[in-house]
Amino acid sequence: MKQIFALLSGLIFGFGLIVSGMSDPAKVLNFLDVFGTWDPSLAFVMGGAIAVTAPGFALLTRSRARPFFDTEFRIPSRTDLDPKLLTGAVLFGTGWGLGGFCPGPALTALPIMASGTLIFVPFMLAGMWLARHTPDLSLPLSKGATQ
Amino acid sequence: METSFTPWLSLAGGMMIGASAVLLMATNGRIAGISGLTSRIFARSTDGEARGVSALFVVGLLLAAPIWLLVSGEWPQQWVPSSPALMAVAGLLVGFGATYGNGCTSGHGVCGISRGSMRSIVATATFMAAAFVTVFITRHLIGG
Repeated sequence: MKQIFALLSGLIFGFGLIVSGMSDPAKVLNFLDVFGTWDPSLAFVMGGAIAVTAPGFALLTRSRARPFFDTEFRIPSRTDLDPKLLTGAVLFGTGWGLGGFCPGPALTALPIMASGTLIFVPFMLAGMWLARHTPDLSLPLSKGATQ
Repeated sequence: METSFTPWLSLAGGMMIGASAVLLMATNGRIAGISGLTSRIFARSTDGEARGVSALFVVGLLLAAPIWLLVSGEWPQQWVPSSPALMAVAGLLVGFGATYGNGCTSGHGVCGISRGSMRSIVATATFMAAAFVTVFITRHLIGG
């Protein structure tokens, strides 16, 4: 059952990206181009998503001890601001501004097979693989500082 | 290239994204973060069940546009930058950065902010700023 809902969640997410215009890099790049052909639409995507997710998550975690088909809510508990978080965000934002794709829209647009998407997605997956296998260079340093 | 301002469609699409995130949390107890789910498919540390659920979510994402085509008769409208070098660098930066920084637009931008996570708020502000600066440079300083 949980597998069916995982598939369904992905499908709804993909439709949301298409309906909102977020799967179109032209709209994303115009959202980021405040001093040019600015298209503020994507602020509404994030606003709409948070307007549903914030009360939804709050209601769920308050009313239930566990998900319907799993044993626990896997909610990140970290609160520290480490260099890894900030380095990753800067690199990610730069790539997003260059290509107009973040991971969800790139995967959703993959079946349309635009030439740029067909190049972007394999390199994105390679980047993810690399990051998963890159040791956190700042970790020994911050551990040393707290001990 | 100009695109038209679509506040209602974008709001509706955003709410669908939110509904998906709530559905995944309600049924599977997982954050709908695309970079996390995708990279977990091929990470060594992932257990079999997490890998299966993550893969199925991504399959759902991949099915959305083809179903859209079947129902409406045309692919969703899009324009994708075509420079191979640019898209290769962009893809590498997006994949590496999102995974290294524990999240992208969905994990930090939607789910993290919705939880009030300080890490996600800072990450989102940082990647938005980097993206705005990048577009300013490519469109107005280099390309302008």
